[in-house]
Amino acid sequence: MRTLSRTPARTLARRTLALVAALACGGLTAPLLAADPIRIGAFVSATGPASLLGDPELKTLELYVEKINEQGGVLGRELELIHYDDAGRASEARRYANRLLRSDRVDLLIGGSTTGTTMAAVPLAERAGRPLISMAGAIEITEPVRPWIFKTPQTDRMAAERVLEDMQQRGIERIGLISGTDSFGRSGREQTHAIAADYGIEIVADRTYGPQDTDMTSQLTRIRNTEGVEAVFNFGFGQGPAIVTRNYAHLGIELPLYQSHGVASDRFLELVGSAGEGVRLPASPLLVPDALPEDDPQRPVVQAYKEAYEARWGESVSTFGGYAYDALMLAVEAMEKAGTTEPEAVRSALERIEGFVGVTGTFNLSPEDHNGLDPSSFRLLEVRDGRWHLVD
Amino acid sequence: MLAEFLQYLIAGVTIGATYALVALGFTLVYNASHVINFAQGEMLMIGGMATVALLALGVPLPLAIALAILTAALLGLLLHRLAIAPARQADVVTLIIITIGAAIFLRGIAQVIWGRDYHSLPSFSQPEAINLFGATMYTQSLWVLGISAMVVILLALFFARTAVGRATLAVCMNKRAARLMGVRVEWVLTLAFTLAAVLGAIAGVVAAPITLTSYDIGIMLGLKGFVAAAIGGLGSGVGAIVGGLLLGISEAMTAGYLSSDYKDAVAFLLILLILLFMPRGLFGSREAERV
Repeated sequence: MRTLSRTPARTLARRTLALVAALACGGLTAPLLAADPIRIGAFVSATGPASLLGDPELKTLELYVEKINEQGGVLGRELELIHYDDAGRASEARRYANRLLRSDRVDLLIGGSTTGTTMAAVPLAERAGRPLISMAGAIEITEPVRPWIFKTPQTDRMAAERVLEDMQQRGIERIGLISGTDSFGRSGREQTHAIAADYGIEIVADRTYGPQDTDMTSQLTRIRNTEGVEAVFNFGFGQGPAIVTRNYAHLGIELPLYQSHGVASDRFLELVGSAGEGVRLPASPLLVPDALPEDDPQRPVVQAYKEAYEARWGESVSTFGGYAYDALMLAVEAMEKAGTTEPEAVRSALERIEGFVGVTGTFNLSPEDHNGLDPSSFRLLEVRDGRWHLVD
Repeated sequence: MLAEFLQYLIAGVTIGATYALVALGFTLVYNASHVINFAQGEMLMIGGMATVALLALGVPLPLAIALAILTAALLGLLLHRLAIAPARQADVVTLIIITIGAAIFLRGIAQVIWGRDYHSLPSFSQPEAINLFGATMYTQSLWVLGISAMVVILLALFFARTAVGRATLAVCMNKRAARLMGVRVEWVLTLAFTLAAVLGAIAGVVAAPITLTSYDIGIMLGLKGFVAAAIGGLGSGVGAIVGGLLLGISEAMTAGYLSSDYKDAVAFLLILLILLFMPRGLFGSREAERV
């Protein structure tokens, strides 16, 4: 219905209007008007107990915002990263999210390094109607689905699924579970209990250890002496799983040992030494960039990220930085797809992202799934000769 | 069945011996000054972490250990000279709070210098583990036990046989009288803090192959060491050893037979019961109604 042809007079009026508008906004800044930056607000735990997560996340965001701006920005506009450090405290996260939304007027939020800090900001993002992409693990962030809330890491349930699936393939039916009593271990333990039966696996022994414990031989002895145990699964984070692995080897337990993605880092290999031989765990492909097959779509993405990060910061990449990479890239992809930064358009564009290859996995988002990853995004690794190897 | 029990016992003795070594450090400072030095756990951390750092620089293990212990000794000396001595007029509680501050300070410095990662040390001797009637024992546990025993004997000799040791006890009993007798009180106190730091560092080094080490390992091991010292009766060397072993074994048994969720509860129940019925601890000095 293009019946309205533009008369010269109308065009002139429009141009005058545009000129007036430009002048009104300040004649000197007029050339920059087109380049009014897109504001990305980030709240991460760059210091404090969760700095292991937040520090590489912030570094990744800084690095890629720079990179994207060098290449001409998004939609012809520069990206501006406004970031605050919540030090791992939920109350701070809430305060900074509020500041980002109200006074910094950001177009999109990236953050929460942890589940706690994310959940503190969730109501604010929902009320303000701005998309929030979290970098935290727990399933409660995206389940049930909240319209404005997205996240990039896999859930702990997926890690459990990946491990149980491998056990099933090896014909293992009865396992011993040992987990940390921190929130990561507890949540992992619950998820494993919830889905074990789906894989025909029975948990016949279930022991825990404190996050600061320095010896787990008692728990492992108890598991070993339980009738019929065929494998052991350790869901934990930090140094605990390393001690479990060392104790396991020293006790001479021959059963297969599985770890969770919580220890998927090269540091784990250093700590366990030869005790780690044969340990299997689900992990981000970031850990084995060279072991990925040539035709794996993630291979170039993972290798490029690893090279860029290590060249810029002089330290090795971590899985957590990968979550930040994916969060930023998903945001950029959605904005380009939407052709605008208007929040509702970006939000619905995020929901329509399909087959987006990130560092953590290939994202297929939908209105029902605001994470978009499936368990196969975890690669199953085995330690052989002190190095990570891809299982089959 | 027996093998299982034995395994728990060995696990308990291993970790208990570490607690005992930390407890001995508390005992030493307490004996000299009645101060509970909460930076004791940090000395343990310094011992382990400095050894790891030196080892990474290519220093051979024995030299790395010696240098790490020396570092801790220096820190112990500075702790007393710079933080405790200037406040010598303050009461004991104030001094204890100062040591807590020093602990936080040391932990922060360590975090900045060495980072937040966990590190491991190689076992001192091979093989790493031996089989004992169906149970497995770390050979490193023998090192921990042996060194704890040696330290207890040396400390006993020090307090009973040497002039400096007797001077330390004299300072503990009555500062003014000791000074009148010609004991250089400040010098003795500095010595006690330095020696305690050395003990802590030794504990950190011998335990590191079993417990791993990091900038914050001192919080937990320090606290457990204090509990062990309290169980044994603050001020008694033998008490510190017995307290440490009792705590370690009770933890391992609870984790094995019950659930590790109750492990700390059992430890605290233990200290409650002992302090309720034997307020001076198992080996607390009974002769000393010297108020």
